[in-house]
Amino acid sequence: MDETIRTVLAEHGKLAVDVNSIDEHTDLFASGMTSHASVNVMLALEDAFDIEFSESMLKKSTFESIASIRAGVLEMTSS
Amino acid sequence: MHGIIETPLEAEPDRAVRNPVARRMAAIAEEVAAPAADDVDQQGRFPSETIAALQSEGLLTAMVPVELGGLGAGISEVSEGLVALGRQCASSAMVVAMHHIQVACLVRHGRNELLSDYLVDAVAHQYLLASATTEVGTGGDVRSSVCAVDVEGGRFHVKKQAPVISYGSFADAILVTSRRSADSPESDQVLVLCRPPELRLEQVGEWNALGFRGTCSPGFVLEASGDARSILDDPYSDISTRTMLPVAHILWSSLWLGIATAALDRARRFVQAEARKRPGTTPTAAMRLADTAALHQQFADMVHSAALRYEEVADDPERSSSLGFAIAMNSLKVSASTLVVDVVRQCMVICGLASYRLDGPFSLGRHLRDSMGASLMVNNDRIMANNAQLLLVHRGE
Repeated sequence: MDETIRTVLAEHGKLAVDVNSIDEHTDLFASGMTSHASVNVMLALEDAFDIEFSESMLKKSTFESIASIRAGVLEMTSS
Repeated sequence: MHGIIETPLEAEPDRAVRNPVARRMAAIAEEVAAPAADDVDQQGRFPSETIAALQSEGLLTAMVPVELGGLGAGISEVSEGLVALGRQCASSAMVVAMHHIQVACLVRHGRNELLSDYLVDAVAHQYLLASATTEVGTGGDVRSSVCAVDVEGGRFHVKKQAPVISYGSFADAILVTSRRSADSPESDQVLVLCRPPELRLEQVGEWNALGFRGTCSPGFVLEASGDARSILDDPYSDISTRTMLPVAHILWSSLWLGIATAALDRARRFVQAEARKRPGTTPTAAMRLADTAALHQQFADMVHSAALRYEEVADDPERSSSLGFAIAMNSLKVSASTLVVDVVRQCMVICGLASYRLDGPFSLGRHLRDSMGASLMVNNDRIMANNAQLLLVHRGE
């Protein structure tokens, strides 16, 4: 799963750094992901995992790190 | 703790009476701003008499909490005051609106001791606060910065090429967006309170614009340094989403409503004067006046409900940073800036050539010119592009 998240971030996150150089707790917004890019990341994650994030999860904290994204995706796939 | 929602305002017929801040702003609008409005516009000069009158009554810190010495007013109260001020002098109202936006950011996101102390001083001295968010090289995107703040030994330094700083030459302090550090990406921004004596402004060019001429908004090269605690505690992305953007859109919409209200006042008086000449015959323009009054009412109710909506969610980080709220506040700005032009244009048709003249009691030249600025300051197309993006994931809840 982390591999897929990193691929999505590499394609859509517009990070200022190499996605493989950050750990799972690195702040993605501080790494250059704009709110515009984060929307594209959400869309690509929904496609990759065949999920739909609920309204309550569509917030900055869900997308601030690889770990928080993983938690969000797990929550949606288990529900 | 937050002044913005401390004074919920109920929709009652005697709101104006129950709202002392708005009433006092309205009195200054009529007694001080109105007589100066044409001169402010024609000379493109700063409305110093209006600002001084507001300062003399402590109204520049209306939104500062009572425990810091302010009046503890909510956004609804200031919104109502700005409608009254915008009705008389849109340039004055724009200066005051922009100032209150900065105050709201400081109140809600400047928690450290230096910034709290600054607010106490701001009350005592009635400081006028300006803003430098746009920057040469970012293409109008206020959510990215080229300049970076350097912090060393508890001190900050920042230098910014600002294409516009409204009333920059007249402000007591300027809140400046900047990258968090020289290593930060463009989108990782902070907001810094910059003030004399460690604030230097070098003006670039002049402000000679179609409308809002009294805002005196030329470009500047800004350089500032000071105590590093002048950097607001929260990241600018949070400040922008939760406070600067919604407060700006509500307060701007309020003064645009003031412009529309002034135009409607003139149109109504024009039609009534026609009716008096021929009692028994409804003037041709009366039907258009009825249509325009309905349009104006939509506008007024939209602004009023947006202010209440903000007060409801302001202190809830979850709701104030939700997609639905962001989309609503963006839509407010686009709708209000479109409605102000629509109302003024209709009023011009009602008053005919009397409104096209640059003199006389029914002239709407200044109102038309000012209204045209509304969709350009933070361009509506940029805001709609933002909403288009957000709607790709919004669930409509």
